Order: sequence, then C-alpha cells, then structure tokens
Amino acid sequence: MRTLIFRTVAPFLSSLMILFSVFVLLRGHNEPGGGFIGGLIAASALAIYGIAFGVSPVRRAIRFHPMALAGFGLLLAAIAGILSIFSHVPFLTGLWIYPKIFGVEVALSTPMMFDIGVYFVVFGSITSTALALEERERD
Amino acid sequence: MTFYALFLPFVVALFAPALTRILKHNAAWVLALAPAALFVHFLGFLGAVADGGRVTGGVQWIPSFNVNFSWMIDGLSLTFALLISGIGTLIVLYSGGYLKGHKHQGRFFSFILMFMGSMQGLVLSDSFLMLFVFWELTSITSFLLIGFNHAEERSRRSAIQALVVTGLGGLSLLAGLLVIWNITGVSEMSLLLSTGNLLRDSPFFIAAFVLVLGGAFTKSAQFPFHFWLPNAMEAPTPVSAYLHSATMVKAGVYLLMRLNPVMGDTVAWETVLPIFGGVTLIAGTLLGARQTDLKLMLAYTTMASLGLLVMLTGFGTEGAIAGAVLYLIAHSMFKGGLFMVAGNVDHEAGTRDITRLGGLAGAMPVTFVAALFAAISMGGLPPFVGFLAKEEIYYGLAKGDTWSVVFTIVAIVGNALMFVLGFAVALKPFLGPKVETPKHAHEGPVLLLAGPVVLALGSLFFALFSGWSHEHFSTPMASAVMGHAAEITISIIPHLGLALYLSLGTIALGVLLYLSLAKIRSGMAALLAGIGWGPDRGFDQAIVGIVKLSVAVTRLVQRGRLEFYITATLIFLALAILVPMGIAGEWPAVPAFPDLYFYEWLLVLIAVLGLFAVIWARNRLTAIVSLGIQGFAVAVYFMLLGAPDLSFTQFMVETLSVVILALAMTRLRLSPQDHRSAVQTVTDGIIALAAGGALTLLLLRVLETDFDASLTEFFNEYSLQIAHGRNIVNVILVDFRGIDTFGEIAVVMTSGLAILALIRVLPRRSRSALSEPPKNPQNAGEAV
Repeated sequence: MRTLIFRTVAPFLSSLMILFSVFVLLRGHNEPGGGFIGGLIAASALAIYGIAFGVSPVRRAIRFHPMALAGFGLLLAAIAGILSIFSHVPFLTGLWIYPKIFGVEVALSTPMMFDIGVYFVVFGSITSTALALEERERD
Repeated sequence: MTFYALFLPFVVALFAPALTRILKHNAAWVLALAPAALFVHFLGFLGAVADGGRVTGGVQWIPSFNVNFSWMIDGLSLTFALLISGIGTLIVLYSGGYLKGHKHQGRFFSFILMFMGSMQGLVLSDSFLMLFVFWELTSITSFLLIGFNHAEERSRRSAIQALVVTGLGGLSLLAGLLVIWNITGVSEMSLLLSTGNLLRDSPFFIAAFVLVLGGAFTKSAQFPFHFWLPNAMEAPTPVSAYLHSATMVKAGVYLLMRLNPVMGDTVAWETVLPIFGGVTLIAGTLLGARQTDLKLMLAYTTMASLGLLVMLTGFGTEGAIAGAVLYLIAHSMFKGGLFMVAGNVDHEAGTRDITRLGGLAGAMPVTFVAALFAAISMGGLPPFVGFLAKEEIYYGLAKGDTWSVVFTIVAIVGNALMFVLGFAVALKPFLGPKVETPKHAHEGPVLLLAGPVVLALGSLFFALFSGWSHEHFSTPMASAVMGHAAEITISIIPHLGLALYLSLGTIALGVLLYLSLAKIRSGMAALLAGIGWGPDRGFDQAIVGIVKLSVAVTRLVQRGRLEFYITATLIFLALAILVPMGIAGEWPAVPAFPDLYFYEWLLVLIAVLGLFAVIWARNRLTAIVSLGIQGFAVAVYFMLLGAPDLSFTQFMVETLSVVILALAMTRLRLSPQDHRSAVQTVTDGIIALAAGGALTLLLLRVLETDFDASLTEFFNEYSLQIAHGRNIVNVILVDFRGIDTFGEIAVVMTSGLAILALIRVLPRRSRSALSEPPKNPQNAGEAV
C-alpha cells in the first residue's frame, strides 16, 4: 500500500479526518454526529496513516499509548457523571453553564464532557487494536 | 464521636507505614495511642449500659432501601469493644518489640490496625449489612495477617484456607441475616431484639438458624470447621494472641450471644449448640495434648475454649450464660497473655518446642511470673477471674438430669485437660534442668513484657474486686445476652457447694493428667496416625477436586477452535429463537409484498449481490471485502429512511471492521483458499441459514406487534426542553441513557485491553498452555 500517491495524500487525509472527527463530535448534540462516530472517524484516520507509513510513526504522532487515551476517556466520562454530586443531583445528571468567551456565549455541559469521554474510549480502543494487528503483520 | 471512633483505626492504619519508616519500632508507642484512645472513649459508656441500657446512633446510608450506618452499644458490645481496644493497645506495643527490625513492620502495624477497626465495627454494628461487611473485613484482614510471611508456602496455604473457610461462613451468615430480615422485617439488631417470639415462631426459623450457625461455627472454629485455626498459627505471634485467641475467633460466639434473646430457648438452639460445643471442647483439648509446639498447644485450647463458650451459650440456663460471659472475659485475658509469653520464649530462646525448653525461669523471671498468673487463671484457681468463670460454669451446668450430667462431665474433662495444657505451657519451659536453646535466653524488652504483665494483673484485679467488675462488665453483658436483667454476684471467696466440689475434682483430675502428659501425647499421636484423615486434608482434597473439575469443564467447552465456537453459538441462537416460537405457535404472518421505490430496490439488489459475492468468493480476503458491500448498502438505506446518525455509524463500523478483519486474517496466516469438504460446506450452510432465518422470523414477528410510541413521544418532547439538544439520538446516548453508555464504553475499553493481551501472547505459548495439564495439581489448588 506504500504507493507514492497514497503516501503523499495520507497526511492531509488523516489530518482532515481528525479535524472532521472533532467537528462531528462537537456538533453532535444538535446535528447528526457525536462522540462514538467521531471516535470511529479519528480511528480510521490513524488507520490510514498507519497503512501508509507503518506503525511507529503513528505511535510517535499520538505520543500516548492508545489504551491510555481510552482510559483517559473513561475517566473523563466518570468525572462528568460525578460532578453532579456537587449540585446534589443524581449521578450523570446533565449540568450546563453558559460562559461568554470573546463575547460569544458558549454552552458547556457535562453531557458534552461525557461525549468527549466516549470519543476517546472508542478512538483509543480501536486504534490500539488496529495498530497491534498491523504491527504483528510486519513481523 | 462514636462515628469517628469507628473509622479511627483505619485512618491510623494509613499512616502506620510512613510513621514506622521514621520512628522504626518505636512507632508502636505512638500507634498504640489510637486503641488506647478508643478504650478511654468506650469506658465513658460504662454508666450508660450499667443497668441494661442501650446506646444507639447512626446516619442514613441508603435511605431508599432503609439501610442505615448504625451502631449499638450495650453490655455485650461494650465489653467486646473494651477487650478489642484494650488488648489491642497491648498488642500494638507487643508487635513493636516482637517484629523489631522486620522490614515490613510498618505494613504489619497497618494490617493489625485495620483488623482492629473491622473487629470493632463488627461488635458495634446495629445494621445487618454493616455487621456483614465488618464480618468479612475481619476475614480479609485475618488473611493478610496469617499470610504476613508471604514468602513461605505454609503461610500462604494457611491464609487461603482461613479465608476460604471463614469467607464461606460469611456468605452463610449473609443468607441467614437476609432470612431474618425477611421474617421480621427489621434490619437492625436493636429492633430485632424487641420482636419477641416472631423469629422463633416462624416456619423459616430452622433455615435462619442453620445459616447463622454456618457463619458462627466457621468463624469460631467449631468442629468440624476447626482446622483453619491451628494452621493460622503460621502468623506472627502478636496475630495469634490478638486475632486467634482474644478477638476474631470470638466473633462467632458474639453472634450467638447477640442472637440468644431472639433465637435461644428453642429445641434446635439448645440441642445443636451444646453438642457441637461439647464435641469441639473435647476434640480441641485432645488434639492439643499431642502437640509439642507452644503455639499449637495454645491454639487447640483456644478451639476447646470456643467450644465451651458455644456449649454454655446454648445450654439454656442463666447460670450457664453467666459462666460463658465470665469465661469469655477470662479467656481473652489469660490466652492473650499466654500467647505473648509463648512469643517471648520463642523470640528470646529461639524455639517454641516444649521438649527443647527448660529452666528459663532464672533468665526470664518476669515472663515466667506472667505465664504463671495466666495459667492459674486458665486452670481455674483463685484468686483469678478464671476461677470465677469455672465456679459459675459448674453452677450453671449441674442440674441433675441426664442431659446436664453429660455436659457437666464434658466440662470437667475439658477443663481438666485445659488445666494440663495451660500449666504445661507456663511451667515446662521455665522449670526443671536448663536445656540448651538455639539462642541464649534473657528477658525481653519492656515492649514485649507490657502485654503479658498487664493482662495477668488484669485477671487478678477483675477477680479481687469482683463486685466492681461485675457491676460494670459482667452483669450488663449477661443481661444483654439473656435479653432481660440478670445479676452476677460470684466472688473469689469459695462457697461450699456442688460447684466447688466439681472444681476440686477438675483440679485433681488435671494434676493427675499433667503427670502423665507424655503418655497422653504419644497415645493421641498413635490414634491420629491410625485415623490418618482429617478435615485439614479434606480441605485440600476439596480444593484439588474443584480445580480438577474446572479444568475438565474448561477442556470440554473451551476447545480453542474458532469454528467450534461459532458453530455452537449459531446453533444455540437458532434453537433459542425457533423452539420458543414453535412451542408458543407465534409464527409471523407472511408479510405483504413491499412497496418500494426503484432506488430502494437497487439497494436491496446490491446487498443481495454482496452476499452472493461473499459466498462465492474463492479467496478469503475477497470474501471479507465483499461483506462490506452488503453493509454499505444497508447504511445507504438507513440514510434514505432519515437516520443520518445510524447511517454514519454504520459506514464507519463497516469500514473499520473490514480493515480490522483483513488485518486479523493476514495475521492468522490462513491459507487463502477455503478447504472445507462438500459435506462440511452444506452443514455449515444449513446452520447459517437456520440462524439467519430465525432472526428474520423474530424480527418479522416483532414488527407485527403494536408499536408503543410513548418513549418516542417523550424523547421528542423533552430532548430540547430538558436536555438542551436537538439531536435526539445523541441526547439519549449522553444524557437520558447516559449510564448505559457509560457501561458500554467501559465494555469497549475492556475488550480493547483483552484484544491487546490476546495479540501480544505468542501463539506457541498459548497453545501449549491449553494442551498441557497443570504439572502439580497440589500447587494449583493452593494458588486458588
């Protein structure tokens, strides 16, 4: 799969897909999208990059072990749930704040945080599996 | 205050290792302040419970289930709490000296404090659930302490054995408490005690009774569950002194005493308890007589004493209960002291084999005196509390009918043998000609002496000022056990009467047996060798049997062949759907011919073509890629139906699963061609058709039922209103059903980890692990 065309296109394709995955993740609450689908897109972006350049460049590019990213996601989701304790409402109750950033009202919420957690779990787990399989293939 | 008192030992346990790193063994002086503070705190309750009063308190824990974090202090729990914190203080000091210089001394302090907290929680618990939680915590901390020398295989085995036996008993207790909860409708001891005859009259009384006994008998080492207790002597001596004589093993007795007002006075109670207790008493003393190890001799007398306590608790007379109460207090003090003495001898002389010890009295005078005091109390001689206990026991037992006469004789024989063993431990190492010991013996430091000396003096003062001690300790405790006011008046001034004559008889018998101890020892050794089998070996056999069974079951169902798994799963799936449908006659009607647009037909056509491509593909890789065709067609169809989220996800899942499947296939190094025989192909085809057909039929049948739109309407209406999101699918995932999603992502992550582990395992190693039987089933059993 290491053709010149593919290797030239892959970095752009991967970065665009990662960007798109974040876009899909963030718009998920109101438009089609969300953490799960975003995570899948990001995982396929890395899969493309891995097929083009091999596993080690991917591992270098994401710095952390993909399972660590998944663990971070699960932690984030758990924290999003536990935050509700401080408002004396049941676990995972959605909480919203609307701070003004540069004069624009931004809706931040624990469901969004939870969704970001989902994104990382899906992204990390699938990337980990794909990378491990690709690695063995080249042995 | 009491609420924080419950947590204090656990909190101190957290800091114990760090403190020990700074102060070395002298940390004991600081750490002992915690139990000492608890002791003082509990002393403050003496007045409140003196006339049968009861102090309760607590906080709500799970209000929706009516579960509270509640405690109760009455005469029974207060005496226990004082014993636990009082002896605990001495034990912490003693551990400071005993394990001086041990590299894990800090860890030991931590474990013993955690145990202290668990035991204290157990006796103070009012709520059933708390009682159970603390009960199990004592099992777990006991496991940690017995296995403290974890580098030795014997320690590990003993620790696991104790955990398995008492843990199973704990489960039995849980079941028993739930039965009681169900019968009476109350989940707190203080409420249970005022339910009168409700429990006794219930048809399920026997069930509750047997289950509770399962917990009490395993914890208190009653025959035939006694075998873990002698093995637990692998633990360092402070543990034996604290857990396995003074406190934890008495948890079972505590439970029986606690339930006596609501479960006692029944035929079952007054038959089963005395019989098991009596057998344990005699068996314990006889087994102890054959030992030469100081700690093992004491361990078996502990077992015997627990038997005596159970027997007295179940005997049913007020005198017997009073005897049990006094004996429990006496036993905690003299047995804790004797264990510490045995530890001192071991620590200073280098052995605790009684045949290799002698003449230490000159070198260790303080230890000797403490040992002598404890043995006098254990032998039931004045002026120690053991004497009061024995008088009260005989007073309570001797009633004239055959039943009482039998148990009086049992008590006399048991007490005489304990007299023998107590004095053997206290006299043999110290008197007689000086024997060469592995270490040059001399008196231990004050940390090692404080415990035995204080306990010996305690035994003395309790008896000398019996009026005061009865008023504050024994009378409130006996009242709590009986469930109504009682009074203990016995003092060290002997009264001429049957009880005194029985005591004298016991002492005479004891002296006689002491002189022929060597003969009894060899006789018992020969007898046990003749029997050859005991519950201890039975335990090993049971564990090995369980391991063998699980290996056999694993071999049967886990063949390690993917084909077998898939075939079995699909056949079962087909049967699970088709058989109930057939039995209920719920077949779907033939659906009407669908009215579709031409582009929809096109998608159906593509999906079907994709399927045929999979089936007719020559090459496995082609088959996998063709599987994607059908998936994409379905994804497009979802889009047409107006489900963009579903469609997106389907696209991504299809893409990724084709990539991952292809990667996995190349990695498996399969031959690219399918080599199945024609017969095999047809059989597999039939199984596949059956499973696919069954699912189709099920879906058709489901679609025929009326659609309940109330959930859809709810989500439509409230998605934006209360969850601030217009994408209903996403709102359901992250908000309305967030906890489901949370569980799912946890599963995703766990499977990710499992896949990673599977891939990393070398194929050769995994195959050999499956086909080779474990080399040594004995070890396999112990590893469980």
